[in-house]
Formats: sequence, C-alpha cells, structure tokens
Amino acid sequence: MCSYIVEKAALVGSAKGRKGWMRIDTANVYFDHPYYSTLDHVLAIDFTNEGEGGRDRVAVELSADSARALVERILAALASGEATHAVPLREAAVAAH
Amino acid sequence: MIYYQGLQAESVRFRGYNGDQGDAYYARPTRAEKFPGVVVIHHLPGWDEWIMEVVRNFAHHGYAAISHHLYFREGDGSPDDIGARVRAAGGVADAQVVGDTAGAMAYLRTQSNSNGKIGIIGFCSGGRHAYLAACSLPGIDAVVDCWGGNVIVDDPKLLNDKRPVAPIDLTAKLNCPLLGIFGNDDANPTADQVNRTEAVLKKLGKNYEFHRYDGAGHAFFNTFRDAYRPDQALDGWKKVFAFFSRNLATSAASVAAE
Repeated sequence: MCSYIVEKAALVGSAKGRKGWMRIDTANVYFDHPYYSTLDHVLAIDFTNEGEGGRDRVAVELSADSARALVERILAALASGEATHAVPLREAAVAAH
Repeated sequence: MIYYQGLQAESVRFRGYNGDQGDAYYARPTRAEKFPGVVVIHHLPGWDEWIMEVVRNFAHHGYAAISHHLYFREGDGSPDDIGARVRAAGGVADAQVVGDTAGAMAYLRTQSNSNGKIGIIGFCSGGRHAYLAACSLPGIDAVVDCWGGNVIVDDPKLLNDKRPVAPIDLTAKLNCPLLGIFGNDDANPTADQVNRTEAVLKKLGKNYEFHRYDGAGHAFFNTFRDAYRPDQALDGWKKVFAFFSRNLATSAASVAAE
C-alpha cells in the first residue's frame, strides 16, 4: 500500500553516497512499495543529512525477512564488538590500580 | 485496429497548481490526426520508468498522453530521490495534485492534435488521485482508478491537512464514467473496501464498472515488479482501452479498442 508512514530516527554517523562520504543525521524508515526492487513491499531506509537540507541520501530497499535478520546482526555486532573493545579498557583499568 | 504506429515522446513543461511550472512526460502518435487525451497519474514512489512506458503505450494505442511529475516543486534531482524527500515530508497535498492534474489536462487541450476529450488514469495513490480529480474537476470525460488505496478511509487519523477528505465522501460530485480495476489479494484497497466503494457508486446512480481479478494483488499491471500478473494485466488493459475507446474516441478509426 502507499502509506506515507515514515519512522524517523536521529543518527550520529556518516555514509558514502554518489558524491563520496557525508555526515548523516537522520534515517527515514518505511515499509512500502519500492522504487527499484521488484518486491511488492520493501523495508526502505534513506540516510540523509537534514541539517544540510537533506537533498542527498544513501538508500537501501530490503525484503522484510532480510531487514529483520539485519536488525539481529546489527545487535549481535554491537554486542560482540563492544565486548571485544571493552577488554583492553578493562585491562588498562586493572593495571592502573 | 491501429497498432504499431509511430509515436513521439518527450519531456515538456506544463503549468500546474498556483501557476507553478513543472515537468511532464508527453507522448502522442505522429500521424496528423486528432486524438483523445489521457492524463496518467503516477504512484507514490515517484515519476518512474514504468509510468513513462504507460504513457508511450497510450500513444501506441492512439492517444495523446501525459504524465505530470507531481513532485516537481522539490527541484532538480533523480525522481527516486525526490520521491523519497516527498514521502519523508508526508506526501503532497490533495489540492495541489488536483490543481496539477487540471494543468496537465489544459496542456493536452491546447495541443493542435486534441479531439477535445480527456480521460484520466492513475495507479495506486495515483488511482486515489484520479478518483479525487474526477470528483473535483470539470471537463473529464472518463476516469480509471487502478487499485487506488484510501479512497475509503476507515481510520480518521489518516486524514490531515494534506489529505483532509476521503475521496469516497466526494462521490456525489463524480460526473463522468468510472472504470475500477482491482486485485482481490490487495491489502489496500481490500476486497471489502472495493465492495463498499461500489455500493456508494450504485446508491448514487453513478456510471461505473468494476473488474476484480483473482490471483492478483496490488500493482499487478507493473512489469517491473514481482506483483505483475500477465494474464490478469492483459485482460485489465483490454478493459481500459475498451473503456477509453467508448468514452473518448470521436471517430471509430482513431484509437485501438483494446
């Protein structure tokens, strides 16, 4: 369906688009008809910098299942990554005592 | 029947709502005759390649067809990027779309090839816009709603400043024949909503015909999507061309009847 329903997420980050790297401050997330994909519906994310007018974007269109799997992998990567990177900090903190 | 004729297609400028000038895609047969006009209203994701194919297909069948870019006020950029910005801003206002559609109709009427008749067809949100335009504008001779969602609005929260009225509530003002094409597996409009729309048209004594297709959902004409259903789409296109031929042709030879 054409729904106009868009979830907006504030971000701190950067993305690489057709003009190279740019800072991004917003992700517009929606589940609707795609522009490019052949699927009936996609989970679409547009990464933009609204602070600079929002005219450039980095866009993805994902199947619903792959979007859900991606959410899990993002959380898994954060969990394992933060655990790994926290080890040297903890060791350093112990050594300081 | 007239097939495989020469046609010319190009981007043109038209004047829409509030006198604003924007881009449109215009295609017509090249032979020196009068043709009915068809305004093609694109879907929410934007002014895309499939819509251009639809415009050329109408020219191929003997119509002067135009699709106006509903998001032209967003300025330069690819249609998909512009469509994404419009979506993030909550879409375009109904009044603006109706005004732009009047402008596209005026463009067709002022061409030397016009036979004076105008039809409108829209897909998805464009189907809703076509229904809305036919209930709002004078001078439309036939309208086709292809699976327009939210013609009936069951959740009042979906009404807002941009879309203040459910098109179904304007049906009394519909004053041209309406053709509706729907897939029975569609989630918006649902089969129940299509039935309720038909009930209103019937109650008000409107000139309409609805065709419902099993094994098809939303956007089943769209050859760029997995939703494409060739058998149902071919039959649906026959219904569209027969409908426009009956209501827009001023000479039997000018357009293809299917």
